[in-house]
Amino acid sequence: MKNKKTVYKWWWAWDFEEEEQWLNNMAMEGWVLDGVGFCTYHFVWCEPGTYTIRLEMRGYDNEYMEFMKEMNTEYVGRMAQWIFFRRKSEYGDFDMFSDIDSRIAHLDKIGKLLLYIGILNMVFGFVGMFEPVHVGFLNLLCGCLLMYGLGQIHGKAKELKIERLFHE
Amino acid sequence: MDNSYALTEAVYYILLSLCSPQHGYGIMQQTEQMSGGRVHLAAGTLYGALNNLCTKGWIKPLPNEMGSRKKEYQITERGRQILSMELVRLRQLVANGETVLGGTENEK
Repeated sequence: MKNKKTVYKWWWAWDFEEEEQWLNNMAMEGWVLDGVGFCTYHFVWCEPGTYTIRLEMRGYDNEYMEFMKEMNTEYVGRMAQWIFFRRKSEYGDFDMFSDIDSRIAHLDKIGKLLLYIGILNMVFGFVGMFEPVHVGFLNLLCGCLLMYGLGQIHGKAKELKIERLFHE
Repeated sequence: MDNSYALTEAVYYILLSLCSPQHGYGIMQQTEQMSGGRVHLAAGTLYGALNNLCTKGWIKPLPNEMGSRKKEYQITERGRQILSMELVRLRQLVANGETVLGGTENEK
């Protein structure tokens, strides 16, 4: 039996929780994430349920990687701003964040990136409108999509902020 | 500012754990042990909290031991003050709760 496989799949940044869920479902079936690339996920076969997978958006930070190693967390790979971690289930529940504040901070980080790239696309889009070849609308379209994503992230953050009125 | 706000549970347990020098994993384990498994500090949250607490000066990193890559931390004098102030606040919280709801201490 083959013990490696590669799956090509696209996920929007604002659906990272669904992406994480998908990766964990794969791990439950015995396919654990072992490497990532652009829209590419490499899996290796292992005992189902051995690992839990988590994603985090974060810039390069060597100290953080050392810290994660210390916490028995394995670095799987990085795709743009996303880091993929996995940890053996025997060490207990594996979450990136354990309080509402750090979850909100993480969502804000994702939102900020979407906003910057979105604005950039909008600007290029408007400027492109005055060019002889009308490709600016592609940028505008892209900008609109990113703004939609920003809305999704804001929605998630807002739910957490309401929750924070009652709990930590 | 520092005195008027309640500490988060994560910060409270991190400060308690660091009354003796401890590295990240140790803090996580001790917190779980003290809270009977109820409070779990996730890696990302713990890392952020440790950095913020260092910036505030409530804890400090200890010089690395030879050959060890694990960073150890310890509570500072200011951190201890913060903890004792929090304890006063928590005592009041419990006392008020017991007065109103009739805790075991009030029952004769």
